[in-house]
Amino acid sequence: MQEDLVKKIQQHPKYLELVRKRSAFAWVLSLIMLVIYYTFILLIAFNPAWLGKPVSEGMITSIGIPIGMLIIILAFILTGIYVQRANTEFDELTKQIRKDVK
Amino acid sequence: MRNFLIFSGFSLVIFSLSVFAAGPLVTGEVQQQPLNVSAIVMFLLFVSATLGITYWAAQRTKTAKDFYTAGGGITGLQNGLAIAGDYMSAASFLGISGLVYAKGYDGLIYSIGFLVGWPIIMFLMAEQLRNLGKYTFADVASYRLQQTPIRTMAACGTLVTVLLYLIAQMVGAGQLIELLFGLDYWMAVVIIGMLMILYVVFGGMLATTWVQIIKAILLLGGATFLAVMVLSTFGFSFEEMFNKAIEVHKDHDKIMAPGNLVSDPVSAISLGLGLMFGTAGLPHILMRFFTVANAKEARKSVFYATGFIGYFYILTFIIGFGAIVLVSTNPEYLQADGSLRGGGNMPAIHLSHALGGNIFLGFISAVAFATILAVVSGLTLAGASAVSHDLYANVFKRGQVDELQEMRISKIATVLLGILAIYLGIQFQKQNVAFMVGLAFAVAASANFPVLILSIFWSGLTTRGALLGGFIGLFTAIGLVIIGPTVWVDVLKNAEPIFPYKYPALFSMAAAFLSTWFFSMLDNSDSAIKERAAFEAQDIRCQTGIGAEGAITH
Repeated sequence: MQEDLVKKIQQHPKYLELVRKRSAFAWVLSLIMLVIYYTFILLIAFNPAWLGKPVSEGMITSIGIPIGMLIIILAFILTGIYVQRANTEFDELTKQIRKDVK
Repeated sequence: MRNFLIFSGFSLVIFSLSVFAAGPLVTGEVQQQPLNVSAIVMFLLFVSATLGITYWAAQRTKTAKDFYTAGGGITGLQNGLAIAGDYMSAASFLGISGLVYAKGYDGLIYSIGFLVGWPIIMFLMAEQLRNLGKYTFADVASYRLQQTPIRTMAACGTLVTVLLYLIAQMVGAGQLIELLFGLDYWMAVVIIGMLMILYVVFGGMLATTWVQIIKAILLLGGATFLAVMVLSTFGFSFEEMFNKAIEVHKDHDKIMAPGNLVSDPVSAISLGLGLMFGTAGLPHILMRFFTVANAKEARKSVFYATGFIGYFYILTFIIGFGAIVLVSTNPEYLQADGSLRGGGNMPAIHLSHALGGNIFLGFISAVAFATILAVVSGLTLAGASAVSHDLYANVFKRGQVDELQEMRISKIATVLLGILAIYLGIQFQKQNVAFMVGLAFAVAASANFPVLILSIFWSGLTTRGALLGGFIGLFTAIGLVIIGPTVWVDVLKNAEPIFPYKYPALFSMAAAFLSTWFFSMLDNSDSAIKERAAFEAQDIRCQTGIGAEGAITH
C-alpha cells in the first residue's frame, strides 16, 4: 500500500470511528465469552459438586446440564450479535472509507 | 483428466473386491462385524457421488487460487457447513458420544471446550485472516515479517498439527472400518488414503469443500435422527432419560456432575485453554477463511459453523445418554465381561442399530466413514499447501515461482502426505493414539495461534520474536506431553510422570507468548524497526480489506 494512501486512510474520521467501535465491540464480546467459559471451568475445578446438584428438589437433572447447554447457546448468540452489527454498521463505514479514498 | 478416471475406477474396483474378498474371512480377535451390506452400498453411493464432484471440480481447478481456495467464491453458508464438516470429525461424533456414555457429564465439558473457541475466532480472527491472507495462515503471520524464517516455522507448526491429527484419524478409521465393514485394517487405511489423494489432487479445495458439505449434512441429519429417536423413547423428557440412565450406569448419579476427567484446577484451566485456542490454530480450519469472497462472508461462515457445531454437540450429548440406557443394557452389544463390543468409541454405532436396525446401522457406519474421509482430505490439503505455497514457493524459490509449477508441487506433496499417512496409519495400528488429537490441539494453541494473533494485533512483533516464540511453543507443547502422564506413563510405561499434568496448554502457551514478547522487545535490528513501522499499513488492510485478495469469477 502506498504511503500517501496509508496517511489518507489513517486520518479519515470514519476510519478512526470504525477502528474504535469495532475493536471495543470485538474485545468486549471476547471478554464476555472468556468470562462465561472460565467461570464454568473454575466451577469444574473448585466446586464440581455444585454443578451436580439437582435443578430442584427431587429431580435428577443437575444444575450443570442447563448451564452447559446455555453456554453452547450463548456462544452462538454472541457470534450472531457480532455478525449482525459488523455486516451492517461496520461494513457501511468501510464502504464509505473505500469510496472516499478512491 | 484421463488419469483421474483411471485412478478412481481402479480404487472403486479395489474397494469392492476387497470388501467381498474380506467378507467371509471375518474371524479372530478384532471381532469384525459380519459383512454389512447396507453400510457398503451406502458408502459406495457416497464415494461415487464425491468422485463425481471431484470430476466436476477438476475441470474448474485451473489456477493455484482455484486449487488452494476454490477460487475464493464459496458462500458464507457453504463455508460454514464445510467448516462444521472439518470440525465434526469422527473423533467428536464417536469419541464424545463415547465419553458421555462412559462418564456422563464430563463429555459435555469437552463439547463446550471445543465450541467456545469459535466466538473468539469470529471476534478476533475471521475477517482479519480474510483481509490479510491469500492461501495459508503463514501468509498472515509473515505479512510484514521476513518470509523465510516465519514461513518455515509456520509450515513446521502446520505439518506437525496435520500429521498428528492425520495419524489419529487414520488409526481410528482403520479400526472402525475393520469392525463395521468386515475389512482388513490395512485395506481400510489404504482405501481412505487413496480416496483422499484423489479428492485433493484432482479436485483441490473445491472438491474438498463439497465433500465436507455433503458429509456435514449427512452427519447432522443422522445425528438428529438418532437424538430424536432417543428422546421419543423417553416421551421427550430429559428428566426421564437421566432418571433411567443413572439407574443403569455403574456410577449412578455421579454421571450428572463433573467427574475425574479434570481432577485439579491447573488441569481444568490448561485443558480449557488448549481446547479453546487450539481451534483457533488448526491450519485446515484457518485455510477455510480464504475460500470466501470477503470479510462479510467470512463472518457469516463462523456464525453458521458455530450454530451447526453447537447443535451437533447437544445431539452427541443426547446420543451418549441414550446409549447408556439403550445400549449398555442390551447383551447383544456387550462382551462377556460387560464391556462394549468394539471398544469405547462404539456407543453411537450400536445405538443406531438399537434404534433403527441394520439399515440405520449401515447409514451411520457409512456416515462415520465419510466423516473420516472428509476430515483427512481437508488435513492433507492444508499440509500440502504448507509444503507447496510456504516451503516451496516462498522459502525455496523466494516467491519467484511459476503458478503451474507450484500447483504441481502441491499435488506431489498431497500424494506423498497421503502415502505417509497410510504408512503411519499402519505403523500405529496397535498404539494408543488417543492422545494425538489432544497434542495436535496443544501444538496448534501453542505454536500457530500465538504467532498468528500477535502478528495481527501487536505492532511490536518482530521476526526474531515470532520465530523463537513459535518454536518454543511448539517444542514446549510436544515436550510436556512426552514427559507427562499420557505418553511417559500410558505409552512408555514408566511408573511416574516427570511433568504431572495431562494438558500442557497453560504452560506451553505462556512460554510461547512470553518468549515472543521478550525476544521482540529486545530486538533492535534494522529489520525489526522496519517491521514495526510496517504495522500501520498492515492494520489498514486488516481493518478495511483495502488491497485484500478478491474472489475470481468463473
